[in-house]
Amino acid sequence: MEVISFLRQLSEAAGVSGYEESIRQLVIEQFAQFADEVRTDKLGNVMALKWGEGQEPHPRIMLAGHMDEIGLMVTQLKEGFLHFTTVGGIDPRVVLGQEVIVHGRRDLPGIIGSRPPHVLPSEEREKPQPVEELFIDLGLPQEEVAQWVRVGDLATIHRRFIELKNGWVAGKGFDDRAAVAAIGFCLAELARMRHQWDVYGVATVQEEVGLRGAITSTYNIMPEVGIAIDVGFGTTPGQLEGVSIKMDKGPAIAFGPNIHPQVHKGLVEAAQALEIPHQIEPIPGPTGTDAWAMQVTREGIPTGLISIPLRYMHTSVETLVIRDIERTGRLLAGFISRLDEAFREALYEQPKIGEAK
Amino acid sequence: MILKELSEAFGPSGHEREVRELILKAIQGYVDSYQVDALGNLIALKRSSQPAVSGHKPLKIMVSAHMDEVGIMVTHADKEGLLHFEVVGGLEARVLLAQPVVLGDERLPGVIGLKPIHLQERGEREKLPKVSDLTIDTGATGQEEAEKAAPKGTYGTFATSFAELSGELRTVKGKAFDDRAGCAVLVELLKADYPFDLWAAFTVQEELGLRGARVAAFRVEPDMAFSLEGTICDDLPKEKDQSPTTKLGEGPAITLRDRSVVCDPRLIQHLVEVAEAEGIPYQFKQPGVGGTDAGAIHLVKEGVPSAVVSVPSRYIHSPVSLLSRVDFENTVRLVQAALSRLPESLSWPPVP
Repeated sequence: MEVISFLRQLSEAAGVSGYEESIRQLVIEQFAQFADEVRTDKLGNVMALKWGEGQEPHPRIMLAGHMDEIGLMVTQLKEGFLHFTTVGGIDPRVVLGQEVIVHGRRDLPGIIGSRPPHVLPSEEREKPQPVEELFIDLGLPQEEVAQWVRVGDLATIHRRFIELKNGWVAGKGFDDRAAVAAIGFCLAELARMRHQWDVYGVATVQEEVGLRGAITSTYNIMPEVGIAIDVGFGTTPGQLEGVSIKMDKGPAIAFGPNIHPQVHKGLVEAAQALEIPHQIEPIPGPTGTDAWAMQVTREGIPTGLISIPLRYMHTSVETLVIRDIERTGRLLAGFISRLDEAFREALYEQPKIGEAK
Repeated sequence: MILKELSEAFGPSGHEREVRELILKAIQGYVDSYQVDALGNLIALKRSSQPAVSGHKPLKIMVSAHMDEVGIMVTHADKEGLLHFEVVGGLEARVLLAQPVVLGDERLPGVIGLKPIHLQERGEREKLPKVSDLTIDTGATGQEEAEKAAPKGTYGTFATSFAELSGELRTVKGKAFDDRAGCAVLVELLKADYPFDLWAAFTVQEELGLRGARVAAFRVEPDMAFSLEGTICDDLPKEKDQSPTTKLGEGPAITLRDRSVVCDPRLIQHLVEVAEAEGIPYQFKQPGVGGTDAGAIHLVKEGVPSAVVSVPSRYIHSPVSLLSRVDFENTVRLVQAALSRLPESLSWPPVP
């Protein structure tokens, strides 16, 4: 599986939280090539199952990456222009001057227009414009706009996938479609490996509005181990070193209260054994990822979290290194192929302080 | 459509070569001669279609449009391989955030990133960063690699592509309609014949102070001049009762006066009469806003009667602008008709 072309497709398609249909189709198509079964649930999660081998029933491992993205929603039609609000955590400063696609009765290209400096007093040019004052301009007459667009329609930033130097790429929605690509890569790797556990590769919905897809899909699958894959803050000059992970240095294996120590240990050992570059990411509280919801599903699920380093999160120029996605997929596949009965039993032994690492 | 190619061409002020070459190709066969001057202005001559009469010098009419666009320039690479930059012309930080750019003639792709919302401190979102705080990420992983990819002084522009939006106004979007719209109008005008020598000046460095037009007009020494622009169109709904400057779809905008020039009232009168006779819609641009090449041209040597006609363009000086092809075509029609019926000389009313 070629990660870059799959990520390109995922990134350029639109799928704001709750409206993931285009992404879902791409994921089903890709995952079905390497899975034994693919199904969707009532919220729209895609669950691809790859059977393990050996004595049944097989324990189950679930991999979750969310396929929804942040976006915009139309709140008012005014003289042919559209007022809008944000869906998910968007910095209002990064939307001015951007091109968008409004997903009305049909997809319509538009512009979030910026008034030219010539007509603005200097104080207005130096401070951010609140989202409520901005407009989407479709370049169409008022009547035509009303015919195609209704209040509540969604919009996404129109951004082509950009290839930078050294295998780095930039675009929108890499949070968290990079993880969906990593899961796809893992499933492809597993197709030529042996593994005892059943593997569920899951593309979840509605993470950005409250980890909702992870809640129902984890309940449904009832895994022995759940691993969320998300993007992490890639180090950028001027940002706190402590809260960031390094670009192109491999997946970051999280550690903290959201993480089962045995799962963490197993991931680190797999990375070491396979000589996959990796980093350790300490997260002392809520991780804000699907792992947070997975952990407290049913009677509680031993959970792990892997972060793919990414710069400029929640903008339309999210930047990452393709190699880090491939390393994440390889690490997951390597970890899964090593899962056995002893590992399952060890999940319920309480390690002593310090032993886990 | 020439406007598409021109819009997508790379040409910040001082680096107009690519735009110039495009235009040169487009006007081949429609002009009698051309020259590129020391600053990079492309000055083409289309001779009068009237047979030469001995002792009678044909009128020299200059029509100008500027090739340059606002952009950025790389100032240095830091240790992490990120590029720092300054703006070329009137471009502000508020429209640079989370924008893809291309650098240099090879169009090295890069993105202008911003700190993730999750890591911002309280109040940070209420302020705009300074341009000096922004960086371009090209994927280069160290200073040396970044410097090699985009040495100091490398120019950059937005990575915006041209596209049709349509509707009855046949709107299109793209970057740099200020002033590639004017360039495209001028290219179209050169396809017709005129009863005078038409000097088409595609100028450089307008965005830095009308610099190319000044020397071009000095060389041409025209009897009259017209500047063509893609001008401010600020017709979004507003709370305050403010002028839209120009309105989309209401035809070519005729400048009465802006910050750089008081347009010649006889030429304005001529434009209005021709528009009304031909049934071409027109509008007056809100006086006092902006500046154009005419500001430099009308003061060259003993002075040149000058006028400005513009295609209204929303969101100029940002990554993406929008105009109506109906306005564009009406601008071509109006200027072409006005030129073909230009009076042989302009005189002021006699002193009583």
